[in-house]
Amino acid sequence: MKVVFLGATKGMGRALARLMAARGDELFLLGRDPVELERCAQDLDVRGAGTPVRFATCDLLRADGFGAALDEAAQGLGRFDAVVVTAGIYALQEDLEADRELRRRLLTVDFNNTIEFCEEARTRLLAMGGGILCVFGSVAGDRARKPVILYGAAKAGLAFYLEGLDSKYHSRGLRTILVKPGFVRTGMTAGLREPPIVSEPEAAARAVLKAIDRDRAVVYAPPVWRAVMLAVRSLPRWLMRRVEF
Amino acid sequence: MLDAVPRRMSGWGCHPVVQGYEIAGEDLEAITRTVVLTRGLGRSYGDAGLPPPGSQPVAVSTRADRLIAFDPATGILRAEAGLSLAALNRAFLRRGWFPPSSPGTQFVTLGGLVAADVHGKSHHSEGTFGEHVTALKMRVGDGRVLEVREESEPELFRATLGGMGLTGHILEVEFRMRRIPSPWIWAESERFEDLDGLIAGLAEASVSWPYTVAWMDLLGTGGARGRGILERGRWAEPSEAPARNPSVKHSLSVPITCPDWLLSRRLVTPLNAVRYWLQGPKVKRGIVHPESFFYPLDALGNWNRLYGSRGFTQYQGVLPWRSGACAYERVLGVVDCLEAVPLLCVIKDFSREGKGTLSFPKPGLSIVFDMPISVGHTQAVVDALNDVVAGEGGRVYLAKDALTRAEHFRAMEPRLEHWLTVRRKWDRRGAIRSAMSVRLFGDPP
Repeated sequence: MKVVFLGATKGMGRALARLMAARGDELFLLGRDPVELERCAQDLDVRGAGTPVRFATCDLLRADGFGAALDEAAQGLGRFDAVVVTAGIYALQEDLEADRELRRRLLTVDFNNTIEFCEEARTRLLAMGGGILCVFGSVAGDRARKPVILYGAAKAGLAFYLEGLDSKYHSRGLRTILVKPGFVRTGMTAGLREPPIVSEPEAAARAVLKAIDRDRAVVYAPPVWRAVMLAVRSLPRWLMRRVEF
Repeated sequence: MLDAVPRRMSGWGCHPVVQGYEIAGEDLEAITRTVVLTRGLGRSYGDAGLPPPGSQPVAVSTRADRLIAFDPATGILRAEAGLSLAALNRAFLRRGWFPPSSPGTQFVTLGGLVAADVHGKSHHSEGTFGEHVTALKMRVGDGRVLEVREESEPELFRATLGGMGLTGHILEVEFRMRRIPSPWIWAESERFEDLDGLIAGLAEASVSWPYTVAWMDLLGTGGARGRGILERGRWAEPSEAPARNPSVKHSLSVPITCPDWLLSRRLVTPLNAVRYWLQGPKVKRGIVHPESFFYPLDALGNWNRLYGSRGFTQYQGVLPWRSGACAYERVLGVVDCLEAVPLLCVIKDFSREGKGTLSFPKPGLSIVFDMPISVGHTQAVVDALNDVVAGEGGRVYLAKDALTRAEHFRAMEPRLEHWLTVRRKWDRRGAIRSAMSVRLFGDPP
């Protein structure tokens, strides 16, 4: 499989890219920092990626560069079968409420521009006869909760968007995969209080890879979160007003 | 990303336990800017990976785990210091490469391998891990980030091998891997009735085998004590090895901290006897999975929980060859007389002294055993053992240690003054410290 990967330098993206490279997928990395990209490409090469991993810069804050970055990837890979988007940012609800600039940045990166990127990816995938669009949402998008109101809203919006793409373009060969990671120990969650269920990036990445192989439209990573969020979604509103999680 | 998370921290022995702060992240160079110590997978047993009392955060290196370069022509590999041996083996065993020296667990980081200058079953032939290190990237105490090679900074380089992470934060490690003929091990095991036989068997096996170690039953009574099983091995030739690659072993894990009474003399004495008798009088030989051979205890995740909430300590000392059998008897004498409960005991012959200024191995016999912590008592046992080891010109392994007193360590380490001088030269303000450096080297808390 030929994969364009936005966000492979860190966390779950790094773990997923390694699993893909290890099984012989051909990767093209997109990311913000060329030095980091080069080091991650090297890492995948040394781990035994079949073909040299190439990369190009692409910043989720700058939507005007998305098309060019995807074209560069298409050129590098010949064509591509999948686009994976793990990039995103997180901030505490209190900080987002207090800081207008931060709020704007989070909504731009996690919602507006992720969708802009997906639109560019979608048109290219459809032009090539279809393919996989795999985007990382969050369990935070499953139920509005006090600590993740804005972040959760952005992720819920992504879920809506991907479901819509699936309805409209599935018949033309576009397969969307929405990944909903639970609490995974990465740089993004460092410093947050850990819930009772915590997983490592590798475990989440394995669940994602399975979903890619088995044609699942929505995947909880790791899968135990499906049950957890089923319970959380069923909680009544008066209770959600009282609890703090 | 740079938020420090409060955590109760301990080494693998779960004793001592301290309250500290951790900073984790992919960018090790960034997170080591403000920390007092860098910690890896936390597999040192005592307080080597713990911060000094106070509230300074430690960096956790495990997310800095990228491979940087590998040259199949020379076997030289470079990676970030948080890469685990397990991840390295997963990537390289099937390609025919293995590190020349590997400890008894693969859940250690490259930084940890360097900081403890680890040894393994191959010590008699390959020496310690540090002998194969060609370069280090470090952040030293004054904040500078340096490429350190033996040729460029010999003193700092050597002080860092076995320096328990106290000479600088290890950011990247470059070392030489060994080519192996197949990813499988040809192993033999043979039992010996007494300690003399076991030691002689170990010495004899080490002449022709690259990997040797012996398990000893220290709990048996009378003639049974000191009996044991010698294990020797080598990489299998392609003609005798299975054609497939060894699969990654799925391990069971101890789910909860067990009650303190579980691992006791009463339970382990018969288990030791069973293990001895299962071996049988004949030599067993055959092809084994490399993980079963090198990392038998990794098969049981969180096995430290078996010791209960009290925790345990692992005592490891080396006795020079000239000490001879009477010194081993004296060690066993301490164990008897103070009624210590050494549950798992392993012996290994060491050849040369490591390159590192404070490297543990020296020519002689290494004895290591686990003891559950019992307040007050275990300290007395360690003190008495250290009396014997220091008196014989031996020393203890800092990666295992939690209870050695500063006076004892000084008595064992004529090299300590030099090491402290080098350390001070690179860290005048004493920015890098650990609970261990406060306990043993007189650092301010």
